[in-house]
Amino acid sequence: MGMKAYVMRRVLLFIPTLLGVTLLIFAVLQIFTPEERASAYIMGTPKDPSVIYRVIEKYHLNDPIPLQYYYWLTRALSGDLGIARSAGNIPVSVALLQGIPATLELVMFSIPSIAILGIYLGVKSAVNRDKAPDHIIRIFSIIGWSLPTFWSALILIAIFYGGLNWVSIGRLSNEAYAVVTSSNFIRYTRMNTIDGLLNGQLWITIDALEHLVLPVVNLTIVSVALIVRVMRSSMLEELSKGYVLTAKAKGLSNDVVINKHVKRNALIPVITVTGVLTAGLLTGVVITETVFNYKGIGYFAAHAALQMDIPSVLGFALFVGLVYSLANLIVDITYAYIDPRIRLE
Amino acid sequence: MKNESRWDEFKNRMAPTIHELKFTFRRIKESPLSIIGIAIILFFAAIAILAPTLAPPVNKDPYVMPHDGWGRVPVPPSSKHIFGTTSGQYDIFYGCIWGTRTAFRIGFQVVGVSLLIGVLLGSISGYYGGIIDEVMMRFTDIIYAFPGLILAMALVVAFGRSLDSVLLALVLVGWPTYARVMRGEVLKIKQTNYVEAAKAIGCSDFRIIIRHILPNSIYPVLIMASLDIGAVVLTAAALSFLGLGAGEAFADWGQLISNSRDYIMGTASNPLAYWHTWLIPGLFIFTFVLGWNLLGDAFRDILDPTIRRR
Repeated sequence: MGMKAYVMRRVLLFIPTLLGVTLLIFAVLQIFTPEERASAYIMGTPKDPSVIYRVIEKYHLNDPIPLQYYYWLTRALSGDLGIARSAGNIPVSVALLQGIPATLELVMFSIPSIAILGIYLGVKSAVNRDKAPDHIIRIFSIIGWSLPTFWSALILIAIFYGGLNWVSIGRLSNEAYAVVTSSNFIRYTRMNTIDGLLNGQLWITIDALEHLVLPVVNLTIVSVALIVRVMRSSMLEELSKGYVLTAKAKGLSNDVVINKHVKRNALIPVITVTGVLTAGLLTGVVITETVFNYKGIGYFAAHAALQMDIPSVLGFALFVGLVYSLANLIVDITYAYIDPRIRLE
Repeated sequence: MKNESRWDEFKNRMAPTIHELKFTFRRIKESPLSIIGIAIILFFAAIAILAPTLAPPVNKDPYVMPHDGWGRVPVPPSSKHIFGTTSGQYDIFYGCIWGTRTAFRIGFQVVGVSLLIGVLLGSISGYYGGIIDEVMMRFTDIIYAFPGLILAMALVVAFGRSLDSVLLALVLVGWPTYARVMRGEVLKIKQTNYVEAAKAIGCSDFRIIIRHILPNSIYPVLIMASLDIGAVVLTAAALSFLGLGAGEAFADWGQLISNSRDYIMGTASNPLAYWHTWLIPGLFIFTFVLGWNLLGDAFRDILDPTIRRR
């Protein structure tokens, strides 16, 4: 199968996944009565019960199930997911859109940090198999694997914010926040690090970066173990292969063999776990943003959950399901591009 | 006489199994990490068993934590409450001790039920294949399309806040993994000669699955399940922390932290004012999960037949 055919097939397979994701969220919604579901589209509590019946009528909430799914899906895909009570009665899709830049900024800084540290430690661990560095790295990754995300976040806050009085929680300091929300600061991307540069105010970028350090460190601590583990076992497998012996036999130094030959091949399986890493990050941001008072989509979802705001939580779950499926699609295609064996299967 | 020969026959038949078990035990003894893991789990098991002595129940339901007044502000450790109290004056020591039982209960129940569903559906879909298999695989695909904690969170919000909702949500999120591994194992065993032979002499499907396929395919799933307990408890703790747990009076580690959620940041002048409200219950969660993961990491190497004897 050529690359084109593989991509086509994989993209076509994405359609049933999309239907599945939306079907599951729709099925969960069916737990509620039409009246309860209607209230998701009404701001506040209506005084007149006829309002609810009008909404049921308008949104087809009492139709046969397949029809209901059709109407719900078209509405959901056009961005109508109901009203987010927990976020001050704005539409759920608006609340999500407002939170995305902040979360994206957090994830953008976390991924390189996780990837670089994970690959470095994984290689170090494998090259020193069963020696002290290997044992230490393995123990640390098991510890990272076992840490409750919210607890490690609280410890970081206690040490760096409480103990060392470093930076406050949140996305920006009060002074920077005042500038960012003022009228002469243009929020091009709503990502403070980038907007600071675009507005020529470097101190805003630095302020935003300072506030990003601890959340990024926290996400790295709880997610890096996955990459370390995969990189280590992938390195060990490559190291036992014939070409390593050949390379050594022709007189290459150990460093050259590892850096130029083994590491490159060992990186391939790491790409496959990027999908799992995305899931870990999407989960991690919910907890990390909540503890660090960092207002992205994870913060929004956690606060909605606390207030049992059903449309917001389900809207968030739908969004995450779609993002995660898309991430897996991209991972699969990248993998096939890098490793031709995959698309030949 | 007859008994003895039967015993010998049994011994002969079991000899390879016993040999492998002995080897496994030797490897466990050689691995310090798994010994630490086992010690941690035994320590928690002891706390769970001794809970009524360590923290005598005050209420009729021992899982309902006693509280000393209604004050909102958490009180630091004192001789009366050695771990201090949470917001609402729930005794943290009591909550940590009985929370150990809750942790074991969540771990065992969620993993047990997920395992049962997974083994059942996985073996049926692997053995029969066809449309049953297709439907099950597509269904697991849908569940896999969501990160576990986020789907569980949505389900608990939809089902309503309670411990049962948490357990149900975790099972719904957890069973597909077991089903898939089981299916894979069954597909492998199905092609062996002895299953062919059993079919040829006219054994029923039920007998083939129960007597021939299950005993030879269930071990990887069982091992996976035993190591999953830590991960399940970690997810449940996160749900409790997010305020989706069993309710503020219920003895549960995540719940204890959640109770003081408005205070965990401390006061403006002293951010560490209420450290005890999150550090102590968090330490219980972390150590418990660490115990299972240490055991799991060692087990993966010891029980994996490809690297077992290296």
